Amino acid sequence: MDTAQHIENFLQFLTTGLLTGTIYGLMCVGLTTIFGIMRVINFAQGEFMMIGMYAAYYCFGLIGAHIYFGDYIAPFIAALAAAPIVYLLGISIHKLLVSRVTGVESNRLDSEGHYAQLILTLGISLILSNGGLVVFGSTPVSISTPLAWTAWPIGPLSGERILVFVNQKEAIAAVIAVAVVIAFSAFMSRTRIGRSLRAAADNSIAAIYMGIDVNKAHRIAFGLGVALTALGGGLLASGTAFQPFVGIEYVIVMYAGVVLGGLGSLWGAFFGGLTIGLIRAMSALFLPYQLENTAIFVCFLAILLLRPDGLFGKSSRQV
Amino acid sequence: MLQPNKHRHWPWIMAFVGAYALLSLVIDNDYYQRVMTIVLVWAVMGLSWNLLSGYSGLVSFGHAAFFGLGGYFVVLSQIAWQWSPWLSIPVAALIGAAAGLAIGSITFRLRGHYFALAMLAYPLALLYVFEWLGYQEVTIPRVTDAPAAYMQFHDQMRVYVFIGLGILVLTMMLSRFIEEHRFGKSLLAIKQDETAAEASGINTRAWKLRAITLSGAIAGGIGGFYAVVQLVVTPPSAFGMLVSAQALTVAMFGGVGTVWGPVIGAVTLVPLSAWLDARFAQDLPGIQGVLYGVAIVGVVLLAPEGIFWRIKDHFKRRGIDPTPGGQGSTQLDAAQRLSTQQTYDDPIIMRVRDLSKAYGGLRAVDAVSFDVNRGEILGLIGPNGAGKTTLFNLLNGLTKPDEGSIVFNGTEIVGAEPNKICAQGLGRTFQVVKPFRRMSILENVIIGAYVRARDDAEARTMAELALDLVGLADDAQRIAGTISNEQLRLVELARALAGRPSLLLLDEIFAGLSHSEVDALMERVKRLSTLGITIVIIEHTMQAMVKLVDRFIVLDHGSVLTQGTPSEVTKNPEVISAYLGKKWAENA
Repeated sequence: MDTAQHIENFLQFLTTGLLTGTIYGLMCVGLTTIFGIMRVINFAQGEFMMIGMYAAYYCFGLIGAHIYFGDYIAPFIAALAAAPIVYLLGISIHKLLVSRVTGVESNRLDSEGHYAQLILTLGISLILSNGGLVVFGSTPVSISTPLAWTAWPIGPLSGERILVFVNQKEAIAAVIAVAVVIAFSAFMSRTRIGRSLRAAADNSIAAIYMGIDVNKAHRIAFGLGVALTALGGGLLASGTAFQPFVGIEYVIVMYAGVVLGGLGSLWGAFFGGLTIGLIRAMSALFLPYQLENTAIFVCFLAILLLRPDGLFGKSSRQV
Repeated sequence: MLQPNKHRHWPWIMAFVGAYALLSLVIDNDYYQRVMTIVLVWAVMGLSWNLLSGYSGLVSFGHAAFFGLGGYFVVLSQIAWQWSPWLSIPVAALIGAAAGLAIGSITFRLRGHYFALAMLAYPLALLYVFEWLGYQEVTIPRVTDAPAAYMQFHDQMRVYVFIGLGILVLTMMLSRFIEEHRFGKSLLAIKQDETAAEASGINTRAWKLRAITLSGAIAGGIGGFYAVVQLVVTPPSAFGMLVSAQALTVAMFGGVGTVWGPVIGAVTLVPLSAWLDARFAQDLPGIQGVLYGVAIVGVVLLAPEGIFWRIKDHFKRRGIDPTPGGQGSTQLDAAQRLSTQQTYDDPIIMRVRDLSKAYGGLRAVDAVSFDVNRGEILGLIGPNGAGKTTLFNLLNGLTKPDEGSIVFNGTEIVGAEPNKICAQGLGRTFQVVKPFRRMSILENVIIGAYVRARDDAEARTMAELALDLVGLADDAQRIAGTISNEQLRLVELARALAGRPSLLLLDEIFAGLSHSEVDALMERVKRLSTLGITIVIIEHTMQAMVKLVDRFIVLDHGSVLTQGTPSEVTKNPEVISAYLGKKWAENA
């Protein structure tokens, strides 16, 4: 390979990394919302993403055939539709299970209460992923949209030798992801609900005295957090094959991004996710593709060990 | 006695093994023999998880790493070098131990959730590496001429039950040994309060490393055995999430922190999951995983400590046997025996020079220098936020100073771990009491004695002496989580004393006590001083301290405002204006 080809490869992976990284960023925002407000490590986040993917897949099947340009627009509508579905699932699971060991309830647990939360969400993760196998089957599926194999060429650059392709589906998905994160950030800082969620996060006892229903705030936060991640999953679901155990890979991707950005910080998580997306794509430059995930996991360990407070965030080590 | 169940466990273990072996002899069905073997595999795997996570409280989501390495080693070593599993399983245990040591030394820098998440990454990273290496499905070659030499008993599955039982008994013996000795007590102390354990002289890092090394060895060995029984390893069956989750589930379900928990969990859940699998796997492929998930969720919500403790609580209130110890020592004896200390000529026990610590822009401790005279009671006073507790944390090594030097009994201690500093004779108590809440008062104090004691019996004797000295001898068997604040402060004091310190740092031990309680405690502190223990005591109120201390150091905004005898300090105009205020000046 000559230099121009190297540069072309580099630019191509950079583009792909940025686009998928944006979606990782959105998923990380979901995870960090739950941690930031509830102080709970949700181990089942990857499974909520998986359910988002399947929800989008079935919504696509439902609406894709019925609207004009269905194959072009429906994947994104389906992804957006997955969010409220998973929101409802999230608040139900919070009400039934999670709320019993978190929030106000966790005050009466001793230090082992935190392990109870972690282990409970591990159990939920097992139920959802294996239950997913029962319900959805083990054959990988994907949302098929012509956009996933259509690209806008950029170039030719540098004397007709370098040509970079921007995948149309990934580009539109990235735009949606950024828009959602901006909207969510505004929601958290501008609206009454957003502000009361943040109050519940800063000091749950004080929030109770101020008349905020902390349990309800946590429930909304949990629902919103899993819905955002599910939306990210829905956006990934077109063009990528997935099966019910896809969550476990992504839970590491998400935690890597969230820890990199400083646990609990919204924009930190977004840029953390973006960085992880870049690392994943760039690893293809010098590693066989089977080791893409290993690269992410090693990277995750390195982040935990070297920068447990995140690159941008403040101290969050005392969880 | 301290280990009430010491002798009562053995008949139970033997009875269990006997019954299990008998059942295996009666059953004449290979499939059932296989299930009985798998039960033992997960019981051992649960014990391995319990050894690290159950005792020390560091939750591991990654025990599949050790299990998988062991499994792959046994299979690949037979393919490559014709090693028999009789040899390769013990070697697999060594590999598991090495992996445990390596993973532990990297990962123990993390605590709590971070530790659990990091542990998750190891097996998953290995899973993809083994897939990439092309080991998607590796089968053990059949050896037809000498199957027994290669542990191949697939036409007599019963033999595997007996081998599995052998491994289980070994693992249970090891676990019991750890539970009964300093090893287990130290891990329990770490589980309940790692900072307090470290400050009481427990080398927390060393114990955790020993625990994960042993735990890795067990998991590696049983992973190898599992591969032999299954004849095949795949990356998901070796390193998959369900492997780690199953180890955790059988232990949590049965009961954490006891040898019986994982056994009960495995005996209950494994046959159930095998039955579900056989019955429904055609239509419901993920049913086993769902079962383990439901078991975890159920146990966390309904019986967080697991079935074993539930049953035990049901029959008998938990707690340790209130048999008094053999030492009928009087308080005078205690006093004499605790005061036999190494003698130093230097009249200054500790020299602190230019000690500084900043947090961001805040200089919490700013170029502080002072001496502590041997045998004195030194009061360290200052308003809230003056840096008193930070200074204590610097002195006993919990926090590393940015600069400065601390020479204690002639040795520089800056940079040493808290447990090493404790071993050199520096004890402390905490402003917010940090007892080991699930332990009895006596056990709490024994933890503090380990730093000096040669064995468990001596630690117990030393702890009893310390309890005598603070007047808690009669309450020794009560559980620390159930006693009053005043008693908790005494427990902390006794725990610090049990390590026979020459210098004792007391952090606001009078906080929250009534007047009469303060007076009583003050008498005790004075008595400790007459035994030759040097005492530095933090308070933010000066009034009570004037009667107690020989000398004051006044801290303000992280630096030493002044020092001197009580009468000097209380007359110092700077102190009066900066700290005591007008009211004091008028009253004095």
